[in-house]
Amino acid sequence: MDLLKSLEEEQLRKDLPEFRPGDTVKVYFKVIEGNRERIQPYEGVVIRKRGSGLSATFTVRRVSYGIGVERTFPLHSPRIEKIEVIRRGKVRRARLYYLRKLTGKAARIAERR
Amino acid sequence: MPKGILGRKVGMTQIFTEDGRAIPVTVIEAGPCVVVQKKTIANDGYNAIQLGFGEIKESKVNKPLKGHFNRANVKPRRYLRELRVENIDAYEVGQEIKVDIFTVGEKVDVTGLTKGKGFAGGIKRHGFHRGPMAHGSKYHRRPGSLGAKGPARVFLGRKLPGRLGMERVTIQNLEVVKVDPERNLLVIKGSVPGIRGSLLIIKEAVKGK
Repeated sequence: MDLLKSLEEEQLRKDLPEFRPGDTVKVYFKVIEGNRERIQPYEGVVIRKRGSGLSATFTVRRVSYGIGVERTFPLHSPRIEKIEVIRRGKVRRARLYYLRKLTGKAARIAERR
Repeated sequence: MPKGILGRKVGMTQIFTEDGRAIPVTVIEAGPCVVVQKKTIANDGYNAIQLGFGEIKESKVNKPLKGHFNRANVKPRRYLRELRVENIDAYEVGQEIKVDIFTVGEKVDVTGLTKGKGFAGGIKRHGFHRGPMAHGSKYHRRPGSLGAKGPARVFLGRKLPGRLGMERVTIQNLEVVKVDPERNLLVIKGSVPGIRGSLLIIKEAVKGK
């Protein structure tokens, strides 16, 4: 199994900041349109981090024009330009699925210090 | 010229391609193999090379096998498998074969023994449909009718429950994603038969040039 780990090691991203579920992050994701490449920022609350090693992913939720949108990114994807942690949130759960049912004031998350 | 190598399945993982897509891959520890014997048409009726692969304790090898290895002047190996080749002269007894015979992007066929599933029912073994689970039905996963009443017997080859898995299977046209000659690693796109640590035979693809 160590052989597998050492093989994954080469592709792991070590430049990304640490963040947890409940944090608000801004993901700069590279999008390829035809033969042009541009960076698309996507900001929202991290509601889930799953997996280990190279296959780890995280899900970011935001409410855009009244509609909830959730995007899952592979944590170690080379298409992530950078991740900015905008706000650290204080939550008591690892998976924040309850946010899906909440809107407005109820969907706020207290800041962690 | 067909080329091939023996290997051990290490396990599966995923890697990112240059354009950022994640692809599933199998890591195989392939080689170094050694040519233990050459079979020729004159002597054996067909052309093949016998490859040895894997470490084994000297004390675990019996005398006849030891003699076979001594003849080729190589250390005893755990596995011996034959590989059909056309031009036998390209190989020498004692010659080492390493992963670098394969290049990235090449297609290969991988042969191995599938995982044993034990005694399996018709649904798992042959893809039969199951009966209803509710509405008072008690007919869930049974095999069903075995045929018509007329012949008054069951025809040979009727698909029934039985042992599943642990059979030799070849997966064709798998792409080589990465070759690491230093650590003897071969990274192949997709899955291959067998448990981790099982023996695999990797050959150049028969189809798909």
